[in-house]
Amino acid sequence: MASELTPPFPLPPVGQPATVESMLLQHEVEQLLYQEARILDDWNLDAWLTLYTTDARYVVPTTDLPDANPDTDLVFIDDDYQRMTGRVGRLKSRHAHREYPWSRTRRLISNVMVTEVDGDEIGATASVAVWRFRAGESAPYVGRYDVRMRRVDGQLKLCYKRAMLDQEALSDHGALSIIF
Amino acid sequence: MDINKLVYDRPDLGKFKVHRSSLVSQDIHDLELRRIFDRCWLYLGHESEIPNAGDYARRVVAERPLFFARDRGGELRVFHNTCPHRGALICRTDRGNARVFQCFYHAWSFNTSGELVGMPDIDGYGPDFDRAEIALRSPRYDSYRGFIFVCFDDETVPLPEYLAGAAEYLDLICDQSVDGMQVIPGSNRYSIKANWKLLGENSMDGYHAIPTHRTYFDYMSGQGAEMLGNRKGFGRALGNGHGVMENDAIYGRPIAMWHPCFGEEARPEIQRIKDDLIDRFGRTKALRMSEKSRNLLIFPNLIINDVMAVTIRVYQPAGPASMDVTAWEMAPAGESGNLLRRRLDSFLAFLGPGGFATPDDIEALESCQQGFRSGGVEWSDLSRGLTRSPRGNDELQMRSFWRRWQSLVADLPYVEQYEHGLTPGEIPEVAPSPEEASYAGD
Repeated sequence: MASELTPPFPLPPVGQPATVESMLLQHEVEQLLYQEARILDDWNLDAWLTLYTTDARYVVPTTDLPDANPDTDLVFIDDDYQRMTGRVGRLKSRHAHREYPWSRTRRLISNVMVTEVDGDEIGATASVAVWRFRAGESAPYVGRYDVRMRRVDGQLKLCYKRAMLDQEALSDHGALSIIF
Repeated sequence: MDINKLVYDRPDLGKFKVHRSSLVSQDIHDLELRRIFDRCWLYLGHESEIPNAGDYARRVVAERPLFFARDRGGELRVFHNTCPHRGALICRTDRGNARVFQCFYHAWSFNTSGELVGMPDIDGYGPDFDRAEIALRSPRYDSYRGFIFVCFDDETVPLPEYLAGAAEYLDLICDQSVDGMQVIPGSNRYSIKANWKLLGENSMDGYHAIPTHRTYFDYMSGQGAEMLGNRKGFGRALGNGHGVMENDAIYGRPIAMWHPCFGEEARPEIQRIKDDLIDRFGRTKALRMSEKSRNLLIFPNLIINDVMAVTIRVYQPAGPASMDVTAWEMAPAGESGNLLRRRLDSFLAFLGPGGFATPDDIEALESCQQGFRSGGVEWSDLSRGLTRSPRGNDELQMRSFWRRWQSLVADLPYVEQYEHGLTPGEIPEVAPSPEEASYAGD
């Protein structure tokens, strides 16, 4: 599993001829990422958890150390599935004051590339901008996702997501109070 | 508003209030930069960030770009980040290792001790040009057990004297490991649209913990984490405006109090750390180090919280209604494996912009700042505990900050004032009070 923690994911060779299989996989991966984006924009948080395997890990490194290893370095978020569930529970509470009332968000996902198919696991990378509007503030979180996915009972699920911010600091939002 | 009367300090009446202009006024903010930030010792960084010769890191402290480095001889150096030639920033990356610092503008080069060692076409400056006069300039700087501070005033007392009673609290952290403590890689950088002083208050405010951080406590309960201890605690003034809130820890501490959420396998390891502390410092001090949490403010803008993990948090004013925060995590040098993982996990559950508590503190502070604009209320109240022995969730430690702040900002003579006659040298005796909800927060 250690390789999962070491970005960046290797990019596929340039100019590979597409196959029907690779196009189907590309479509499937895109749809999963788009679905996650829409579910989060809708604050459908319980549904978000169903997109992940129960051994999933969700990591957001700090802005100054995007290559951080969460086992040895300080990161913003290093959730296992149980902590992800706790995060959802918290965000659904009206006592999560930074997100009560919830902000409006719009996630734009692009540049999706399947980077590797390694046995059961599929790696992909994508560019992301999450616009967040609340209390007079409007600014995006911009960055990149590195994800790994696996089929569970035929359904493609995320088992790892590393969301890396391009910002130098959380100057606009102060916190990372949403799921990025 | 009279600059001398921004703090209403009447222990005889049980009243302590701060005028809200001190939290919104541009004029007062400008005075603070001159009279507080240009005079006090200010935290710059930690020596563990630059372990090897040539290592450097840059910072902005009270609007001034600075950088610090370890020179070829292993000595700590701190420099103004400006070329003595024409002003350009010398250090333009956050951290790294260098043999020389070269200004990109005209290629003047300085060694790690700050001496000018190279420049194109030196002949153009005539025969009397003395390179020794052109070294990088340093502010006053000093380091206390690895914590590096700078001061822009030659008249200010030396650092150890300035730290007063706060030095003992730094010792309580540094002594947790025989190998010393180090800042681990990765920092939290964020801004809060609130006056900088509100974060100092918030960081040693036990009273807000339960209402503001309810989701954190609910989460911990959901993990089966029972709160520990009878939550005795107290606040103390430490001299020169420094203050602390010291409480029985409510959950586990990596050093060194086991809690079920650490897992059964962690128990012997944490007991071994505690036994080692007892060997080195005796039972009383060892139990204080391992079983109590401390939220320490070093005047004016440094917080070091030794709570569910150890965090250093420094915040720079950016106008009267905004601040830039940088926070780090400390761990014993060489800590690894499960010990370090537990420490990181403990930190992230509560602390940081993605934690289950810090975002709500940020919301609270910004909410206060917005509320100030409403007007109608001139004073904020900080009188909690003024008429009783100071408990951990009282506000003595905030009042000691504000008393020092008032004297500096108004340029008034300063007399240390200890409530209840508690000087930094003594630990208050606090009777257990089970009814008291005195939680260690952040």
